[in-house]
Amino acid sequence: MIMQQQKTSMLEIRDLHANVEDREILKGVNLVVNAGEVHSIMGPNGSGKSTLAQVLAGRDTYQVTRGEIIYRGRNLLDMSPEERACEGVFLAFQYPVEIPGVSTQYFLRAALNAVRWHRDEEELDAIDFLKFLKQRMQIVEMDEGLLTRAVNEGFSGGEKKRNEVLQMAVLEPKLAIMDETDSGLDIDALRIVADGVNQLRSDERAFIVITHYQRLLDYIVPDFVHVLVDGRIVKSGDKTLAHELEERGYSWIEQQTVTEQPVAS
Amino acid sequence: MTTTADITDACAEKFARYAGLLDGELPSWLLPIREAALAQFTKQGFPTVRDEEWRHTNITPLAETEFESADPDATRVSPGQIRRFRLGAGNETALVFVNGYFAEHLSDVAALPKGVRVMDLAKALAADLPAVRNHYARYAGIGKNAFAALNTAFAGRGAFVEIPRGAMVETPIHLLYVSCEEEPTVAHPRNLIVAGEGSQFRVIEHYVALDQGVYFNNVVTEVVAAENVVGDHCKVIRESNRAYHIATLGIHQARSSHISSQTICLGGALVRNDINSVLNGEGAHCDLDGLYMLGGKQHADNHLRVEHRSPHTSSREFFRGILDDRSQGVFCGRIIVRPGAQKIDAKQTNKNLLLSDRAQINTKPQLEILADDVKCTHGATIGQIDEDAIFYLRSRGISEDAARSLLTYAFAGESLAQVRDRRLRAQLEQLVLSRLPNGELLRGLA
Ligand SMILES: Nc1ncnc2c1ncn2[C@@H]1O[C@H](COP(=O)(O)OP(=O)(O)OP(=O)(O)O)[C@@H](O)[C@H]1O
Ligand SMILES: [Mg+2]
Repeated sequence: MIMQQQKTSMLEIRDLHANVEDREILKGVNLVVNAGEVHSIMGPNGSGKSTLAQVLAGRDTYQVTRGEIIYRGRNLLDMSPEERACEGVFLAFQYPVEIPGVSTQYFLRAALNAVRWHRDEEELDAIDFLKFLKQRMQIVEMDEGLLTRAVNEGFSGGEKKRNEVLQMAVLEPKLAIMDETDSGLDIDALRIVADGVNQLRSDERAFIVITHYQRLLDYIVPDFVHVLVDGRIVKSGDKTLAHELEERGYSWIEQQTVTEQPVAS
Repeated sequence: MTTTADITDACAEKFARYAGLLDGELPSWLLPIREAALAQFTKQGFPTVRDEEWRHTNITPLAETEFESADPDATRVSPGQIRRFRLGAGNETALVFVNGYFAEHLSDVAALPKGVRVMDLAKALAADLPAVRNHYARYAGIGKNAFAALNTAFAGRGAFVEIPRGAMVETPIHLLYVSCEEEPTVAHPRNLIVAGEGSQFRVIEHYVALDQGVYFNNVVTEVVAAENVVGDHCKVIRESNRAYHIATLGIHQARSSHISSQTICLGGALVRNDINSVLNGEGAHCDLDGLYMLGGKQHADNHLRVEHRSPHTSSREFFRGILDDRSQGVFCGRIIVRPGAQKIDAKQTNKNLLLSDRAQINTKPQLEILADDVKCTHGATIGQIDEDAIFYLRSRGISEDAARSLLTYAFAGESLAQVRDRRLRAQLEQLVLSRLPNGELLRGLA
């Protein structure tokens, strides 16, 4: 008989507050993500979704003023962005950055070898890497021609997003945060990206999927849906919450939270 | 205190001795050229920052240093000491000079196509070869250039390369200037490259140092391309970080010739390149590329002057600078279109990456367009490393140092991409990488 295993917590965010310059953007976020789970974060524009994602990846334009983040038992906020990446945190950027003069292929190899080096694994030489890369590229059905081009330079919106998923497939993270990887994708591209993510789903891996649209969640079915409004998670539920949001909009939640607030004396 | 005038006088005095020394070996036509050049230099003296062309480059430290001629014994440098400076195929024809003196024991003239000459200029002068007589000291433009005048007054050593009509020299010819001296010494390297109709050539001009001495290389290189020539010229400056390198490159092109020249500046305390190109014949085209990568208190000044004398000529100038610490860069690109020279296409770009708050760059285009049917564009940028790109790379596991080096390298790489010889390009890429922190992490980049 197999005993039900105790779920291992991958990420615990406790009372996280973060500022940009002197403005508070995150105002006490709490979130627990276990290995094997997919969490979706939804919420209106400007509510702080990308801020949360960037704080998790270690961007220093955001200052954490309060709270803590425990990632696999360690204090994430003590780690540099590269160390987080090497330890398995991956952020698919809402706006992937163009890097002129650096070929996509070189970039992917440099990243993979940095991560492998950190894990005490052998670096891959150019030939082995190419073999591995071609196999990973099938996951996102990406055109090989893009490999010799500079990272994201002149890529279409869809190509940039696929490139993010390709990087995820190459680096095989433990915690993948996807910031609006679906926006700007047509329905075919959306399906390809979602299929790619589903192929990478496993018991050891967790996903945080930030999106505005229910349609992505038809493909990547989340275990939990959270709604972030004005720097706080104001409602959490299962996948049906996404449907409800799609029908009733965020104002429905915002009204609810207002009424739930204690009346000031 | 010594004044510039004193120094100029001292130069004249030296000249008298020096000229006497060489007289016996020189053709009669040369002496008047040298005397006129000396007169020109004496009249002008060293430039000062009040001189428009030298506004951002102060040569006072150079003018105040007493330089001596170096010991002519070139044999103190052994082949082993210069092996690491080989560029190109490694078995190429190489002329090596030690402190300006031809080093026969280090040089190697491999099998060359019939009629191609690669030789010590002193010998070519002594033999009074017609190509030397016809072209020597015609293209550097000493009129307004005190250093070129000084070189012309004192020169006599350097490389002579002649590619006869129709000949093809694919493997780069390597001209290697090695400096090794503790005393402040001066040399006036002089190179003449004469390419006959329809010929093709590749030449590397390479300046290196065995130690960190103070010295002054005052260089003039003239390239003359007849009709339909295709030529690549690549100059690599890796002087000691206490050295002065002042050079004039005069390129003269006839109808339908294509010259591509790169100036890669990696070392030297004070470096000045005057690059003058004359497009004298329809269909002539030149590509002038450059990269200056400076740190410490290095100063590099590139002054370009492209003169479109004939209609249907085109030019492309593309210079990039990477400036760290308290280094200073100067770029001045002058494009001149003569009256009646219609259908000109000229493009000039200067891009700079500042890696430190204290680094400085002065960049300016100067256009003198005296014809109306002309397409002429220019642009200059000064920027810093893109912090978003740094974060993007770090978020993929690449360390911050490596990320900075990678972006810096990528910036430089776009200039090196212009170097046509594949092996030379790869060597230059490695040279650039070796100057970056954590550069070794980036090997295999190309
Ligand atoms: N680097 C920054 N500098 C200044 N303000 C910022 C910065 N980053 C975010 N902000 C501000 O913080 C707030 C939250 O932005 P964030 O990008 O996290 O929202 P979001 O929920 O991801 O929105 P969207 O759905 O539009 O992507 C916004 O008001 C935004 O203008
Ligand atoms: Mg966002």
